[in-house]
This record gives sequence, C-alpha cells and structure tokens, in this order.
Amino acid sequence: MEKYHSEQASIVVSSVSKSYTSGKTVVKALDNISFEVEKGSLFGLIGPDGAGKTTLFRILTSLLLFDKGKALVDGFDVISGYKEIRKRIGYMPGRFSLYADLTVQENLNFFASIFETTIDENYDLIKGIYAQIEPFKNRRAGKLSGGMKQKLALSCALIHRPSVLFLDEPTTGVDAVSRKEFWDMLKGLKNEGITILVSTPYMDEANLCDKVALIQSGSILNIDTPHNITHTFSKTIYRIKGRDMQALLLQARQWDFAEQVYPFGEYHHAVIRQQSTELHFPEGVEASRIHPGIEDVFIDLMRNHDQ
Amino acid sequence: MNPLKYILEKEFKQIFRDPAIIRVIFILPIIQLIILPMAADYEIKNINISIVDRDHSTTSNRLIHKITSSNYFKLVDYSGDFNQAMTGIDNDKADLIIELPRGFEADLYARKEAKLFLAVNAINGVKANLGATYLRTIIQNYNNDFRIALLTPGRFNELPVIETTSSNWYNPRMNYKFFMVPGILVLLITMIGLNLSAINIVREKEIGTIEQINVTPIKKFHFILGKLIPFWILGLIVITIGLFIAWLFYGIIPLGAYFTIYVFAAVYLLVILGMGLLISTYAENQQQAMLISFFLLMIFVLMGGLYTNIDSMPEWAQWVTKFNPVAYFIEVMRRVVLKGSGLSDIKQPLLIMLIFAIVINYWAVISYRKRS
Repeated sequence: MEKYHSEQASIVVSSVSKSYTSGKTVVKALDNISFEVEKGSLFGLIGPDGAGKTTLFRILTSLLLFDKGKALVDGFDVISGYKEIRKRIGYMPGRFSLYADLTVQENLNFFASIFETTIDENYDLIKGIYAQIEPFKNRRAGKLSGGMKQKLALSCALIHRPSVLFLDEPTTGVDAVSRKEFWDMLKGLKNEGITILVSTPYMDEANLCDKVALIQSGSILNIDTPHNITHTFSKTIYRIKGRDMQALLLQARQWDFAEQVYPFGEYHHAVIRQQSTELHFPEGVEASRIHPGIEDVFIDLMRNHDQ
Repeated sequence: MNPLKYILEKEFKQIFRDPAIIRVIFILPIIQLIILPMAADYEIKNINISIVDRDHSTTSNRLIHKITSSNYFKLVDYSGDFNQAMTGIDNDKADLIIELPRGFEADLYARKEAKLFLAVNAINGVKANLGATYLRTIIQNYNNDFRIALLTPGRFNELPVIETTSSNWYNPRMNYKFFMVPGILVLLITMIGLNLSAINIVREKEIGTIEQINVTPIKKFHFILGKLIPFWILGLIVITIGLFIAWLFYGIIPLGAYFTIYVFAAVYLLVILGMGLLISTYAENQQQAMLISFFLLMIFVLMGGLYTNIDSMPEWAQWVTKFNPVAYFIEVMRRVVLKGSGLSDIKQPLLIMLIFAIVINYWAVISYRKRS
C-alpha cells in the first residue's frame, strides 16, 4: 500500500467531482472540490442542506465512489487504501445509527471489539464524554435522550482512537446548551491530536473551527480561518432597528443604498452598496456600523454565488 | 480475537430482545401445524347435489339412497323439474345435478340399458371433477350390484369385467395428514427462514446502522456469516418444534432417522437463508424485501409439490421446480418420514442443495457492498 507522505495535511481532497443520476436528470453533488485539512486541526464544513456535505463525508469515509479527482485521508487513497482508512477513522453519521436495542455499554463494547480493542484501553480518550452517560450504561440506546445519544455515538466513533474524526452535522437538532458542550468536547479531542472534520448548517459554529470551508451546491465558495474570512470582507454593514421590525425590513429593502437587508437576531443587517456615499436612514430607525460577522460574509457569498 | 464472535453475540442479543421474532418462532409453527393440516384435506366432502327424479321407481329410489348415504353428497334439492334444479346451480346452492329420466327402471329391465344425466357446476374445478368422479363410481357400483342381482346364479358374466383392487404402500390408510404435515413443516421453516433473513440486513440499512458497520474494518464474509448462523440455529429449533408437534398431535414418527432430516434441513436452511440475505443486499427497504420474498414464497409453495402435483405439470414447469428448493425438501421429507429413506437414498437432492447453498451464499457475500 502506497502511503503518501504529507507532513501537515491529514485530509487532501483534490478536484473531486461526484454526480448522481436520478431518472434522466444528472445532479452534480460535488463539483471539482479541493481542500486540505491540517493534521490535528478542527476543520468546519459549513453549508445549507443539500450542499453536498454528506456526499463528501461518505467519499472520505470510503463509503462512496466518486467520478473524478483524488482524495487522501491520513496518507491513504480513499479508493485503493480503504482498508487502512477504515482502521484509522471515526465516523459519526448525521443520523443516529447505533443499535437501539442494545444498551449503551453493549454498543460501545461491540464497536470496541470489532476494532479489536477494549473500552479500558482507550478509556482516557472518551472519559470526558462517556462519563456523562456512564450512569445509564445499562439503558438501551434507543431510550436515550437526543444529547445522550449523540455522546454515545461520539464515544463509539472514538473508541478505537482514530486519527481522523468525521462528524456529519453532529449538532443538528441539538439544543443550544448541548451544542456548546459538544464543541467544548471537540476542542478537547483536538488537543489529543485528532484531526476533526465537522459539518454543520449553523454558521455561528464556524467561529469555533480553526478553518472553515463554505460549501454550496457542490462547490466551495471560500476557505480560510474564521478570522481572515471576516477581516478580508470589504463591504460595509449596518445594523438597524425600528419599532416595527417587519415593516422596517420591507421598507429597508427599497433603500437604494442598501444592497441587501436580512433579519439578524433582534436587528436587521443591511449591506451597503460600495458606491453609496451618503446614507439616509429614516426617522426612528436606529442604525450603527458593525464589524461583519462570519454569517454576514457567508450570506453575501451565497447570494453572489446564486446569481 | 475473532470478530465473528462479537457479531454473533450482538445478533443473538438483538434476536432475543425482539418479541416479534420470538413469537414468530414459537407460535407460528404451533398454529400452522395444528390448524392447517385439518383444513388442507384433499378429500372433497359435502358436495351439494340436486336430484331430478322423473321416474319415482324402486330402482331410482335405491340409486338415490346409495348416493345420499355415501357421506360425500348432501342432498339439497329433490324435485321432478330440471329447471328448478338449474336455478340451484345458478344460485351456487348445488354443485351437481343428476337427472333420472322417466322410464329409467322400465328401460333398464326391458332394454338392459338406461340413461341418466349429470350436470356439473364447474366454477370450482376440483370439486366438480372429484364430485363427478365419485358419482360415476357410485353409479357403476350400483350398476354392478344390479347386474349381479339380475343374473341367474351359476352363470358367469356375459361380458368380461376388469376389477381393480389397490393397496397403498407407505401410507396404507391413505392418511393425508401423513404427507401433509411434513410438507407443511417444510413450508413453515421456509417462510420463517426466508422472511427473517430477507429483512435483516435491509433493516440495518433502514436504521442506518449499516453505515456505521461499513466504515469499520469488519469483513463482508464475517458480517454475512454473523447474520446467517443465528437464523440457521433458529431454523433448526423450529424444525425440532415442528417434528415434536407432528408426533404429539398426529403421531407421526419418521420411519427413517431424525438424523437424516436434520442433515438435509441443515443444508436446506443455508439455501433459504442465503436467498434471504441475497434479497436483503439488493433491496433498499424492508417493504421491497418483503415483497420479493413473498413473491418467491408464492412460487415455491405453488410449485413445491405439496398442493400441486409436480408430475402433472407441463414440462417447462417441471424444469422450474428443479430450481425450487422447497420441492426438494418436501420430497425428501416424505421419503424419510413415510418410506424410511436414509442418507444414501437422498444423496442426490442433498448434493443439489449443497451446490445451491454454495452458489447463493457466495453470491450474497459478493453482492453485499460496503461502499456504493
């Protein structure tokens, strides 16, 4: 088995394309995607539903063949080196996919033993996560709450101490507190030297990654650190607030100096046209210039990509 | 460490935690074997007969008496009007009409010959056929009796008559249960084996657990074997229950050895389970798997030689039955149970089943793909 030596990159994707045929129409799920993930880093794949995130995950976890390009995981080609890859990756699919009729401990034991290891051997790695569900270790996995299921799934994906961890939308449908907890766990795993590729539809989670790629309709729109993404954004953004927010949104979209206006929490964000010099906000509208957040950048990128 | 051990451990845990499977394994055989053989009786009884008697003579009375006292026929209508009897057939109240014309007795004595008329409702082919045959036999018997009574003693028949007596080998009293029960047992384990294995892998596909399994270094061969072995053991348990019921309720004890049955069943189950797993690897969801296995079962049962006779099928159909594992097992089961065949007598079907098992299971392992 040929092993590609790459000092920093744990995942290398170059010009990968994949299309599905459904009936007579060909759907391009991934269109010429290229990126690299550094060893021991937390890489976020941000994009709306149907962007191609899961397809990419299935390719990288050796579950799906693709049409063109090349992909390496931990130095092994995903096509020819799938046997090696399956030994050294952890995968947590978007859908809970453990055995609901086995208990927490039985699930963990089962996955440990098919990787020819034991819970004790790697207990230190999963301790922080598993300790929280250990009191329920004799409960059937199907009877766990959503947050606990997710912790069990993560424990099972980690039990063989993988070098690369793939998490497909791990926080979708999870409450805010559990989401925060989950990201804290990921930081801990990163410190153990595990490379993590995580996908999420939530843009606010982008800030928690070392590097993010924005993916839409099978193409990558931007890859950079969250810091660089916001600081290289050249457009001006104002946040506005009025008495009747719904009316304000409709009204603001008519302003000729505003390129785009969208609701953002308790404010609306208005992207200002580059040529505009004078801004006339109507009476009663509270407006102030803000630093663009990562969401603002993504919304702008996605809008321009669509056009 | 053998990964197969852990897969088996997991499969067994899942099976024993599924109350539906346990119910299927224990309750289904009991109900099927106790109730079905009673219903699946080849003898046709209670044929509704309508008699049109225009003669009203001693002879016609005697014939009618003979027919109605045979236990096969139920007199639903007795009249002198054919049209009225026909209405009975139209309304599905009668299956057969026998019409005795006026002068039946007189003709019989005077011209040594008389005619009667049979009309059969052929909507239910089997009933019509058998009913007419029974009736013909009764009339013939009556005819013979009549001739004997008429002939002067001491004289031989003027016409030569061939009389047939038959004896039933291997099942002297023609107890239909002796050949139905072993056959039904075969259908039973086929049904359970095929369905359970057909929905198994597909269920993992549906729940998504297969995704998690596929990214592990588990070998395909181990995974399939891990699915096969538990159901194989369950199948042998079902056979054991079935043979026990056959003994308890019907007093059926195979003339041959139980060992012979188990050897054949062990190979047979590999064929059926392999077929189920094959369906499972191709099907996308449980519904598809169930439909395919139902379709196969239907063909297997109808062309298996239990409810239909293989020898009377057209030649192409007989060829089809050569690929029907059910036909082999029913045949072997009857031979062992009724005839006392041993392993050496059934080595040909056994060998064929072995080849089936190897081909199908190999195919199942190949067609199960861990990546798409």
